[in-house]
Amino acid sequence: MQQDNVVIVGAGQAGAELAASLRSLGYLGQITLLGREAQYPYSRPPLSKAYLLGHCGTADLLIRDASMYAQQGVTVRLSVEVDCIDRDAKTVSLKDGETIAYSDLVLATGGSPRRLPNPELANALNVFYIRTLEDVDRLRQRFHSGIRLAIVGGGYIGLEIASVARRAGLEVTLIEATNRVLARVTCPPVSDFFQRIHAEEGVQIKLQSTVSEYVTDAGGDVSALVLGDGERLDVDILVVGIGLIPNTSLAEQAGLGVDNGILVDDYLRTPDPHIYAIGDVARFPDTLSGTLRRIESVPNAAEQARTLAATLLGTPTRFMCIPWFWSDQYDVKMQVVGLSAPDDEVVVRGDVSEGRKLTVYYLRKGVLSAADVVGSPADFAVAKKLIANGAVVDPVLLADPNSNPRSFLKAG
Amino acid sequence: MAKVVFVHPDGRREEHEGSDGQSVMRVATSNLVSGIIGECGGDLSCATCHVFVDAAWAQSVPTKTAAEDDMLAVTAEEPTEFSRLCCQIYCGRETDGIVIHIPRIQR
Repeated sequence: MQQDNVVIVGAGQAGAELAASLRSLGYLGQITLLGREAQYPYSRPPLSKAYLLGHCGTADLLIRDASMYAQQGVTVRLSVEVDCIDRDAKTVSLKDGETIAYSDLVLATGGSPRRLPNPELANALNVFYIRTLEDVDRLRQRFHSGIRLAIVGGGYIGLEIASVARRAGLEVTLIEATNRVLARVTCPPVSDFFQRIHAEEGVQIKLQSTVSEYVTDAGGDVSALVLGDGERLDVDILVVGIGLIPNTSLAEQAGLGVDNGILVDDYLRTPDPHIYAIGDVARFPDTLSGTLRRIESVPNAAEQARTLAATLLGTPTRFMCIPWFWSDQYDVKMQVVGLSAPDDEVVVRGDVSEGRKLTVYYLRKGVLSAADVVGSPADFAVAKKLIANGAVVDPVLLADPNSNPRSFLKAG
Repeated sequence: MAKVVFVHPDGRREEHEGSDGQSVMRVATSNLVSGIIGECGGDLSCATCHVFVDAAWAQSVPTKTAAEDDMLAVTAEEPTEFSRLCCQIYCGRETDGIVIHIPRIQR
């Protein structure tokens, strides 16, 4: 009889965590981790922060020492691309023709940056997307003081790049199509707060602004942007941060359900009993909201991996977790816990118009559903506990800057 | 190379080697030491590498930054005067042989 082999497609945070968790929990079969990139699994969050600033090196990014995988009997195959899945034979085929048999297959394929569709940018070497080490290594070569940087997209990636760029002395203009930054993920007061911080740090933010033309030079590089209002912006480099597209093609080809992610149940299973999906690519039912969610974050990827490891070892475990996330910009750390909805009541604690601290709570029918916390880990810790407890909290008390958040725990 | 001794809440000890300049968190995760997670990868954002430095070694580790001190408010287990985030403790001559106590709960 063939030995069990858990094959993991994708050697990012979710895949690496799954391999380690399986061994931690005592799994004795084979584990094969297939990665498209040349590097052992590494942390992506520092790419747009410390790594881009040159404050840490490649070795510091590794999630675990490269030697761990061999020590733990995990077969790591790097720079390989999976071509297709044969569900009947329970094998995956690599692009070079090799086939690998699996007993269980885990798709942890992550996502790829959404690209600008403009054909005139096809040959531009000064347009950068931020996802891989290679992307950021390329950007780093052009990331020098005095360089004129335009950023398309006012999400987390755009804002983190802007903050690192100002630290490195670049001239930064950020172009956002909607009427505020972070529009997809937070409420207007938090957007206002970050717009002010970035303005204070010297970033030119252009809201409700689109690029109507990318002007290229003889070599094909972008030399200027013409904005919707006719303004011309000369640039040296362009960073694009307009979202992530889940890498679902392998699942789709295999006939698995795909809709903005690979569809899984609350055990992270696809309808095929031997195929699972975790991490940025997995779209799962969120028990709290009753909707399908796909979450792009390290804690989510790691938690899903740990949950699935238990299931694969024979203890079927539902994925139920309060998501959290963080972003570093300048000297400001934002920590987000829970998932807010657009119609939640918003309670602001602190002053949006000054300082570098702010806590915003979201309430749904009086129950704390989420919090965006800037510069106050204590508020974050309390919010995390309150959300886990399903606490009903008095909005007047939450908003009072003189109240002690720790006292809410007792009151709740 | 430097030695790190991890002591589990049940008293079980395990020793691992780290290279100079490597964080104790990375030594733990690279050797699958249970009870140390290090979810944010050393970015001082998650407080899931909380440990108690053995009292005998308390003077051998560099003092906490304000950012680390802030995050120690977020640990799952109640912090003490010996609490540290071990992503901020590095292997080297000063810390060779350091004894690290792992908390009962990490998240």
